[in-house]
Formats: sequence, C-alpha cells, structure tokens
Amino acid sequence: MLKITDLVKRYGGGDPVLKNLDLTIEGESVVSIIGSSGAGKSTLLRCINRLVEPSSGSIELNGTELTRLRGRSLRAARRKIGMVFQGFNLVDRLTVMENVQSGRLGYISTWAAVMRRYPKEDIRRAYELMERVGIAHYANTRADQLSGGERQRVGVVRALMQNPEILLADEPTASLDPKTSEQIMGLLRDLAGELKLPVLINIHNVTEAKEYTDRIVGMRYGRIIFDDRPASLDKEAMDRIYSGSPHADRSEDLRQAS
Amino acid sequence: MTSISEQFGREDWSRFSSRQKWQRFAIFAVCALAIAWSITSIEVVWAWVWDSPGQMGDLFERMYPPDTTNLATILRVLWETVNIATFATAFAVLMSLPVAYLAAQNTTPNRATLWLGRLILVTSRSVNTIIWALLFVAIFGPGVVAGIVAIMFRSIGFIGKLLGEAIEEIDRRPVEALEATGASRFKVIVYAIVPQVMPTFWAVAILRWDINLRESTVLGLVGAGGIGIILQGAIDTFNWPEAATVLLAILVLVILGEIVSAFLRRRIL
Amino acid sequence: MSGETRDTWQKPPFIANPVLRWSVYVGAILYFAWVGATLPIDWGRVAEGVGRAGRIFGGAFPPSFERSGLLIDGFLESLKIAILATTGGVLLSIPIAFMAARNVAPLPIYYLGRFVIIVARSFHPVIVAIIFVKAVGFGPFAGVLTLVVYSIGFVAKMLAERIEEIDFGQVEAMRAAGAPFLSTMVYAIFPQIMPRQIGLTIYQLDSNLRASAVVGIVGAGGIGATLANAFGRYDYDFALAITMVIVGVILISEGISGQIRKRIG
Repeated sequence: MLKITDLVKRYGGGDPVLKNLDLTIEGESVVSIIGSSGAGKSTLLRCINRLVEPSSGSIELNGTELTRLRGRSLRAARRKIGMVFQGFNLVDRLTVMENVQSGRLGYISTWAAVMRRYPKEDIRRAYELMERVGIAHYANTRADQLSGGERQRVGVVRALMQNPEILLADEPTASLDPKTSEQIMGLLRDLAGELKLPVLINIHNVTEAKEYTDRIVGMRYGRIIFDDRPASLDKEAMDRIYSGSPHADRSEDLRQAS
Repeated sequence: MTSISEQFGREDWSRFSSRQKWQRFAIFAVCALAIAWSITSIEVVWAWVWDSPGQMGDLFERMYPPDTTNLATILRVLWETVNIATFATAFAVLMSLPVAYLAAQNTTPNRATLWLGRLILVTSRSVNTIIWALLFVAIFGPGVVAGIVAIMFRSIGFIGKLLGEAIEEIDRRPVEALEATGASRFKVIVYAIVPQVMPTFWAVAILRWDINLRESTVLGLVGAGGIGIILQGAIDTFNWPEAATVLLAILVLVILGEIVSAFLRRRIL
Repeated sequence: MSGETRDTWQKPPFIANPVLRWSVYVGAILYFAWVGATLPIDWGRVAEGVGRAGRIFGGAFPPSFERSGLLIDGFLESLKIAILATTGGVLLSIPIAFMAARNVAPLPIYYLGRFVIIVARSFHPVIVAIIFVKAVGFGPFAGVLTLVVYSIGFVAKMLAERIEEIDFGQVEAMRAAGAPFLSTMVYAIFPQIMPRQIGLTIYQLDSNLRASAVVGIVGAGGIGATLANAFGRYDYDFALAITMVIVGVILISEGISGQIRKRIG
C-alpha cells in the first residue's frame, strides 16, 4: 500500500508545485494520473522514489516511511520501486541484456556488475520477462538499435527486474506512436494483473487512461481535484482538470482565503 | 520618369556602416602596428636574413645523398621512440581517468576535489613536453625514463580535459534511471557513465598517441631518449647526410603513425 | 525457441573473431611485458632521482624574480616571434591551402600542396628549429622561420579542408554573371572561408606563442632560450619563475583567443 499524506514540494522560494497532497493506492490497481503540463504529475512520481526531494509531508510504502531515508536505506527502498520513463532512459551503448540487468544493480555485488557475471536466476528471469514482452531475441543487440516501442519494453523489463512492490510510469507512451502506445499501455495493465503489482501511470492521453486503468486521479496545479473510476470522468470533470492557468488558480486561493 | 533609386536618393551603397568601417580600420591598424613593432624591434641580423635562402639551399645540398650506413641503429632507436610514446600514452590514459572524474562537474565529489582536478589539468597542459623533459632529465638523469615521464605528465592534462568534458556532456537520463533502481554511486558510474564516454575515451587515447609519437622524436634533444639523440649527434658533428636519413625516418614514422591511428579510429569507433 | 529458458548469458565480445581477439590480447600483453623489460632503464639512477627531485624543488622555492628584466625581454622576443611567424605563416598558408584543395587545384598541384602540408606537419617545431638554427644562425630569426613552417602545417591544412567544403553554387553563379577569376575569388570564395581564416589566425597566434617558448630551448630565441640557460646553470629558482610566467601568459592568451573566437564564430 502506498500512502501519501500532506505532501508539499516547493522548488526554491516559489509557489509550491505540490500543495498538501493526499493519495492512497491499495492493492493491485492500475491508477492513472492525468492533468495538464505543469500540474505536478511528474514531480509527484519523482517524490515517491526521491529522485525529487519532497519539501514536507509523508510517503509510506508498505509500512516504510520513504521521506526520511538516506544513503544505503534509501537505495534499498528504491529497489522496491520500479520506474518507467518517458524517454526510456536506456544506456544506448549497452546491450539489451545489460540494460535489463541494470535493474538488478541494487542486489548484485560490484564485482558481478563490473564483470557482467549475472546470477543464473537473474538471467533466467530476464529471459522470461523479455520473452513475455517479445524482445528476447534482442538480448545481444545494442539498445540504440531498437525502435521506440521495443526500447520502452526494455525499460519496462528493467523496472520489473527490480522485483518492485510498486511500478511508477512517467508518461511511458508520450514518445511513441498511437499504435505502439496502446500496446505498451495494454502490456502495463496485463503485467500488473499477472505480477499482482500496483501501477501508477502519469499520462496525457485521457482515452488511454480510461481504457487501460482502473482508477483515474485528476491533478490541477499541485492538487488532486478528481479521484474516481474511469466511468465517472465526465465532460464537466475534464473541463475542471484541464482549464485554468497557474495564475488563475492562485487568485482562486486568495479568494478562498479571504 | 524617375527610377526608384533616384526617388529615394539611394544611388550609393556601401557594405559597412561608418561605425563598422571605423571598427575594422582600428583592428587593421592595431594588427599593422603590432607587425611593424615586431619587425623593427626584433634583434635580427638582417644580412643573415637575406643570406638565408642560399644557406638553406646549401644545407639541403649537403644532406644529399642521405647516408644509410647507420640505418640499423637508427631503426632500433626509432623503435625505442615508438615504445616511449606508447608506454607514456598507456600510463597517461590510466592516470587521467581519476583526474577526469575529479575535474567533471557532475561526477566530482565536492568543490575542493573539482578545483584539485582542474589544477592538475591546467598545470599539466600549460607546461610543454620539452619543458617537462628538461625537469625530468634533471631529476632522473638522461634516458628514456625522463622521456616517458615527461610525455606522460603532458598527456594527463590533455586526455583528462577532453575526457572530463565528455563526462560533463553525457545524457543525464540513464543516470537518473539507474539511481531510481537503487544502484550505488559506483555502479551507476560503471553502467550509465562509462559506456557513454567510451567512444571519446578511445578517440582521445588514439589522438594523443599520434601526437606523442611526434613529441617523442624531439625528447632526445634535451637528453630524454629516443631518435632525437641521434639527430642531435649528427647535426653537432655536421654529419648532414646522416641527419637527412634520420629526418626521412621520422617523416616515415609519423606518416605511418597517422595511418595506424586512422585505421584504429575506423575500427573502434 | 526451446521450452527451457536459458540461464547463462555472456556479453558479446568487442572483437567477434576469437582468433583475432586472443591474438590482440596476447600481443598487447607480450608487447608491454617485453618492451617494459628491455627498455634501457638505469633503475639505480632513477632511484637517486627522488633525492635529486627534493634538491631541485628545494632550490626552486621560492621562485626568484630578481632578473625580471631578462624575463620581460625574453617574453617580448617570444611575442614578436609569434606575431611575425603568424603573419608570414598565414599569408603563405592561403596559396598552399588553395593548392591542396581537391576541388580547386589540378591534380599535380594538389599533390604538391598536400606534400608541403604533410612535411610541415610531420616535423615537431623543435626539429625544424635546430635545422634553421644551423642554417641561419642562433636567434629569433630561426624561431620565426620555424613557426612559419609550424603555422603552415596547421592553418593550410584546416583552410584546405574548409575550401573543399565550400558551396560551389556561389562560384557558378559568379561565373554565370560573367565575373572574371579574381572577382569570383573575392565574391564567391573568400566570404565563405573568411570567418574560418580569422578564427584560425587567432588560434595560431596563441599556439605560436606557446611553441615559441619551446623552440628557444634549442637556440631559436625567445623565452625558451632564457629558460634553457637557467636550467643549464642550475638556477632552478629563476627557472621556476620563468615557468610560472609562461604558464600564466599561456592561460591569459588562451582565454583571450577563446573569447575573440567565440565572439566572431
């Protein structure tokens, strides 16, 4: 269970990007976060695995408080959180297998990592997962030779290799064409079911969010203003999520405060 | 009927505005003054200058035909020259890795180490190989050790600087991804940074080997080993035919070096 | 694909052919071992070096600026050598570059141009310097000639590459307008190579200043001569002072030339 309480993130001295945000994700649900650019979706995701340092508030994953971890214990916690990126973030000059195995770096010894002596069970699992997503024949191919959809599959397998307790996906399909994009979304949904894994997806494409996820969270300028099943996302809710500007939002704050 | 140019009074056109003209004129004037100052104040015996084409012709005449009686020795020492360059490059490459790591803003542990790295690079780069060689000949005595160490000291700065810049220009995103998997700092470096700087690493190492081949041919002139010693000897004894052989041998060596490095670059990159 | 999932994996080797791969590895190890063992190194002498290094550095601190007059004279001479050599070298580079550009020069002239550049590039300035010193005598003139050769090796090569890249459409347009040869050069070729030429000139002035510090060591004038003398007379404190000034000047000149090239480029 992921439990976010009163989360605030402020860059420098400016307006907070996340404003006292609360969110709980239970069980094996696939949750999508929608909202316009600048709503804080990406910051929210990155606060969870601490690629971005939250300013205050609490994030708890299966009983572990994440916001106060440092060094070794932070790395141990990060192993339990898989992440898939918009730009795939693969190491282009390494083979697909090395990219996939880099998801295990937190578990294996430095010597094994440097010499590429991966444990047998890791290699077996890598082949299984690659087979599952259809890239096993690319094991020895360099990552930069693959197409976008194939690269994102490598990214997904890398995250799954971590044996995560939750999977975060930051705009996983924004760099892909519509057809590939649907394949990746379908894959994420199916894998969540097969591996009993909660998945949290930032997404721009509302149609895909409705089709492939169990629950939609709508964000506007650092706040959650919608949280329900996809069926309840009507025209009015959409307008509220995608309207306004940060400035208008701020003046609304002031009106409410006064 | 009047043409457009007459109507608007635009019959004159010039490339530059008057301010630009003055600027250009000032730059030319400064350059001309600098050259004039240099010519008039440099301590040159002008009679020698007018004499020099004849002297050069005379010199080349005395070099012909090249004398190859000592060819075996020359080739042996030439091989030693190659070894100096190769060994020095190999050591320099190994030693420049930690320096590059310290001197790159995105990998250096803290500000103090950043400045330490930069200090090493600047010191190494600003002192020419020959000056390093003078120093190390004074320390280690004449011989190949002084030569190898001198070339190594100069190369560390060169390789370290280019490698450091390559580290600063890497794609940050894979680094972020591997940090997100919970990998330690060292493993992130091995998996996300090293592969990205590998091409630059090889290119720089090959380039520096090529340069070092040239530099190692002159070490002997200050006593630091290699073919330069034979050249110096031949010139000092006015044995111009042998000097010609040595010069030709150097020419061939440098051209071969360029061919080899071009080949390696094509194969590896 | 078989039902069994594989549980072994090896990184594809850098060199695919195993025979070639192993011969490269073994060859490299043998080379370094054999050459390392046979290099004529007098280890006793090297070991003494540590003590000597202590004495040298002890003698070098603090650096002595007592003879700063000598230092300044040496530097001014280096500067003059660099300026004159750059002027001469760049002027000579232009015709040589045109000779060595495949797209404007006829084949025999192209080969001649390339040959000149290869010879100028292959010899380290110090070697060129000793030959000039023997031919025209000690002093700055030999230094100027050396650095002219050095400049040709670099400037003519880069310029020739630029000329080979020029857009020939502009030349054709000029010819189509009936422009004579010289006008074609001035209007269609020079504007395309001018920015590169100015950048190269400034860069070359900078590298000539560096090199002029070295050619003096073999008698071609400038600060290098002062430095070699100081070393020869075991005046390590003066030598350190000179080296520090050389490093300072090189850093300043590198900064200035970088700034100017950035502004133009």
